[in-house]
Formats: sequence, structure tokens, C-alpha cells
Amino acid sequence: MSEQDIQDWIGKQIAGNEVVLFMKGTKTMPQCGFSMQIAQILGHLGVDFKDINVLEDMSVRDGIKAYSNWPTIPQLFVKGEFIGGCDIVREMFQAGELQELLTAKGVAHNAQTQIA
Amino acid sequence: MAMAADEIARLIKESFPDAEVRIEDLAGDGDHYAASIVSEAFRGKTRVQQHQMVYEALKGHMGGTLHALALKTTAP
Repeated sequence: MSEQDIQDWIGKQIAGNEVVLFMKGTKTMPQCGFSMQIAQILGHLGVDFKDINVLEDMSVRDGIKAYSNWPTIPQLFVKGEFIGGCDIVREMFQAGELQELLTAKGVAHNAQTQIA
Repeated sequence: MAMAADEIARLIKESFPDAEVRIEDLAGDGDHYAASIVSEAFRGKTRVQQHQMVYEALKGHMGGTLHALALKTTAP
């Protein structure tokens, strides 16, 4: 696939799923602590999300960095919008802002604020 | 590959001369850092924009020679 094809494919994943997490590993088997943190937060909030394992495809791993102008993985997208990486998502979760954002965007979730 | 904390601070200071920069070597291995940066330049910017500004200042090191840098950015 050409670079443009990759960008198109990434765009389609983001447009076609309410919540998408580009991560190392999968939601059931994360292979990086940062990816795991976001998967755990989403799981804790009961958010249904699509996980895309960048370790399976180097071109997606590089492509997503170009797509969002963001140099690291994981990357979270909600309703087409880039929300951030691990630090931002964790900060937002702890402040309750992630829950507010999900509500504002009409994404089903439960309202917990703490990881037990 | 690793990067010295001083070098990270220097690059950040270069782009944000007013910044108060604190860098912590999390694992003591020169590869996993946490940086907190306070700069007027962040005012009115979203978190994503603030972090993108820092990544820009690091000139491509992030995700390359610099594996892990937890960022906390705020305006004073």
C-alpha cells in the first residue's frame, strides 16, 4: 500500500468507529504500559472501542504518527477527534474531563472517576 | 539509545525561553523521563497543542532517541 492508501485506511478506521485506540498490542493483550493504561481507563469506563495494533503493521505505526502529527503511540480518537496520548488521557480521566467529553460526544459509558 | 536530561531541558528552553522546566529521570536509565513545563506560551492552547509544541521543540527526538517522556504542560 502507498503512503496515501495508509492515510486513507487510517482515516476510514477513525471515521467508522466511535472510539479508536491505536496501540501496541491489543485491548486484551497490551504490549506496552502506556497502551495498557488507556485500554484500562476505557475498559473501566465501559467504553466500547476499536483497538488497532500498530505492531502488526509498520506502515500503520508510522502512518498514524504522520496522520495526527503526534510522535508516540498510543493515540486515542473519539468521534473522529484526536484526544491525545497516555498522559493527556490519564490527566483528563482523573479530572473527570474524559467522562465529560464522552458525554458531550454521546459515547456510551459509565460515570466512574476512580480506578479501584 | 538515550538522551541526557540536560539536553532535553536545553531544547525545551530554546523554544520556550520563559519556561520553568523540571525533568525527572524515572527509571534512572536515561531513557524514561517525566517533564513538567510551565510557560506562558501554553496559555489558551489545548493539551494536544501544548504537547505538540513541546514535541516540536524536541526536534524529532521524541519517539526516536527519546523513548518515553511523560509530559505535563501548564500556563503559569
